[in-house]
Amino acid sequence: MNMKNEAGSKDVPAAVREDSDLVQVLDAEGNVLPQASVPDISDRQLLELYETIKFARHFDQRAISFQRQGRLATYAPMTGQEGSQVATSLALAEQDWLFPTYREHAAKYAHGMDLASLFEPLRGYREGYAIPDDVNVMPEYIPIATQVPQAMGMAWGHKLQGKTDTAVLCHLGDGATSEGDFHEGLNFAGVFDVPAVFVCNNNQWAISVPRERQTASETIAEKAQAYGIDGVRVDGLDPLAVYKVASAALEKARNPGPGELRPTLIESVQYRFGAHTTADDPSVYRDESEEEAWRDRDPVDRIETYLYNEGILDSDLESEIQDSIEQEVSEAIETAEQTETSPDNIVEHVYEDVPARLEEQRDELNRLREKYDDGAFSEVLE
Amino acid sequence: MSSTASTQTGQNAQRLTLVEAIQDGLYTEMSQDDSVVVLGEDVGKNGGVFRATDQLYEEFGEDRVIDTPLAEAGIIGASIGLAQTGMKPVPEMQFMGFMYPAFDQIVSHAARLRSRSQGQYSVPMVIRAPYGGGIRAPEHHSESKEAFFVHEPGLKVVSPSTPYDAKGLLAASIHDPDPVIFLEPKLIYRAFREDVPTKPYEVSLSEAAVRREGSDISVYTWGAMTRPALIAAENLSQSHGIEVEVIDLRTLSPLDVATITDSFKKTGRAAIVHEAPKTGGLGAEIATTIQEEALVHQEAPIKRIAGFDAPMPLHSLEDYYLPQAVRIQDGIRETVDF
Ligand SMILES: Cc1ncc(C[n+]2csc(CCOP(=O)(O)OP(=O)(O)O)c2C)c(N)n1
Repeated sequence: MNMKNEAGSKDVPAAVREDSDLVQVLDAEGNVLPQASVPDISDRQLLELYETIKFARHFDQRAISFQRQGRLATYAPMTGQEGSQVATSLALAEQDWLFPTYREHAAKYAHGMDLASLFEPLRGYREGYAIPDDVNVMPEYIPIATQVPQAMGMAWGHKLQGKTDTAVLCHLGDGATSEGDFHEGLNFAGVFDVPAVFVCNNNQWAISVPRERQTASETIAEKAQAYGIDGVRVDGLDPLAVYKVASAALEKARNPGPGELRPTLIESVQYRFGAHTTADDPSVYRDESEEEAWRDRDPVDRIETYLYNEGILDSDLESEIQDSIEQEVSEAIETAEQTETSPDNIVEHVYEDVPARLEEQRDELNRLREKYDDGAFSEVLE
Repeated sequence: MSSTASTQTGQNAQRLTLVEAIQDGLYTEMSQDDSVVVLGEDVGKNGGVFRATDQLYEEFGEDRVIDTPLAEAGIIGASIGLAQTGMKPVPEMQFMGFMYPAFDQIVSHAARLRSRSQGQYSVPMVIRAPYGGGIRAPEHHSESKEAFFVHEPGLKVVSPSTPYDAKGLLAASIHDPDPVIFLEPKLIYRAFREDVPTKPYEVSLSEAAVRREGSDISVYTWGAMTRPALIAAENLSQSHGIEVEVIDLRTLSPLDVATITDSFKKTGRAAIVHEAPKTGGLGAEIATTIQEEALVHQEAPIKRIAGFDAPMPLHSLEDYYLPQAVRIQDGIRETVDF
């Protein structure tokens, strides 16, 4: 399924240009490349892909501005990465599991997480981490690469119990490939041939450290070979290509053909357009011109052009979609802003039952809250 | 902060924040000793996510201020190896909550290479890590797990509470022949300024500081909690005439047992304030030490004012988790009124 891209063309970021094995469906503008095959999905599914990517872009912009207004704490933006996040999630079957990082807001949403609950942890409420029973998403992973062996383990558990219709999809960053957990997880995945798909969102940067400082190997996908699993490199700003590669890998995880391996490492080649988090200033460590070259391949524009070309989208439908997205996001932040909590929550869910000593600690706090008022606790500690 | 190089001339001291004092301390030590190298995630070009290594990359170059791959076990394991060649590595762990991948390298090797080799090899290095809560950080970014390291023989554990001490303790740590875990209270990284000498100096790793003298009760604390403890002491002096002696431990391992017990012998009462979970925290060690050394002076039960035996909540509740001045005052009064 590999496609040659327009090798050598100007303004194509080196990371995309150099690899002739990069899977692509759309060119930088959104036109289908000669010889490329478009994934076999309905117009309705294509629109869903588009809408969700557009939604992600809007969510991201709003979240950044809410953070600046002091309505959210530190936020990890995803602009540039939405196409890959959404396409991988839409490739999942409902019973498949998702292991997201702190940046996979859109991936979580697309696999069934409620929108308001994405905002709640950013407002400091752990309540938003609660995951409904019918949604197969793990809580977001903040310690880097720790999800990799766990995702492998869940896939293994399904396999050991004969649940071969369920695959596990695990996100990670390019920085994560440096951690021991990454290597241990992938090694197990190969040894036990588990139904897992690992998606490395190679956005070229781990905070200020470039991909070349994470590994001396030419690509991340080639690491798969060392673990005896499949490795694929895909244009992560091309939602159709990502959808195609992820669906194929998930299908193979569930139903490997004769001699086929279940696990796959997908290197989704993309770029973080903005800051690492709202606490980060990328101008300190990288050149703006680098970002501009990648901006020309924006996943939102590419899928949009494709849908216009196909006659699936027109300007009326586009603005209708945009309006409903804006409304949905506004409502969600309003809902999130109404979340209430109580200091009692500190001791909840640490164990199934609150141990006596922890109960004492809670009672002591409540005694003090009654004696002084809550304002006494919100005094800045400094 | 302007380039440290330009502020070295002229005055004998500059008014620095705690994080600037650490930067200045690194600058001073690196200028004096070519074997000192800084390494870690984002410490180079970016100057550290808290800017603790700001300007060092420009000043000393990429072979002494080294951006590493994202791998804590790699950073600490490599530092142990570097130390064997006579270099003085000062690795940064970006947040204490992300030190755990390196835990095996720290406790199984850095801490005990000296004893494993019967004194033949040692690991002089300083592992810096921002720790503690109160800055509205995401999950895993507010850990205060100093007890893990205090529990490990062979390590020294240090936590400054003032800019002056930060520079002096860092210098002493870098000069120390053993591995030091240098825990930086990030809540007070930029909370206040203080005169910090431009010249090199050390603050000893064997002495606690008496931050405030008092006769009624001894309060033992360190790091970011020193400030609310001092505020509570002032408030109680004014409102109830209770005179609190506040001891800032500074070095958590080995403990300055003499200063701890001398103060207790004077006051007969003790409270320990830390933001780490109460159970198994350093407070338990201090209370027991006092009982072993000075039981006959004791006039009231020893009080621990600590974090909960629960994970640090997200920021909407962290003010309730961390010992605030009111909680400290209340605990002190309970002990004094016993
Ligand atoms: C074990 C661990 N070490 C350090 C950190 C601090 N940190 C948070 S994100 C990050 C960079 C991650 O880069 P990458 O894996 O490429 O993912 P990206 O953020 O680019 O999506 C670092 C160093 C962490 N969260 N966990």
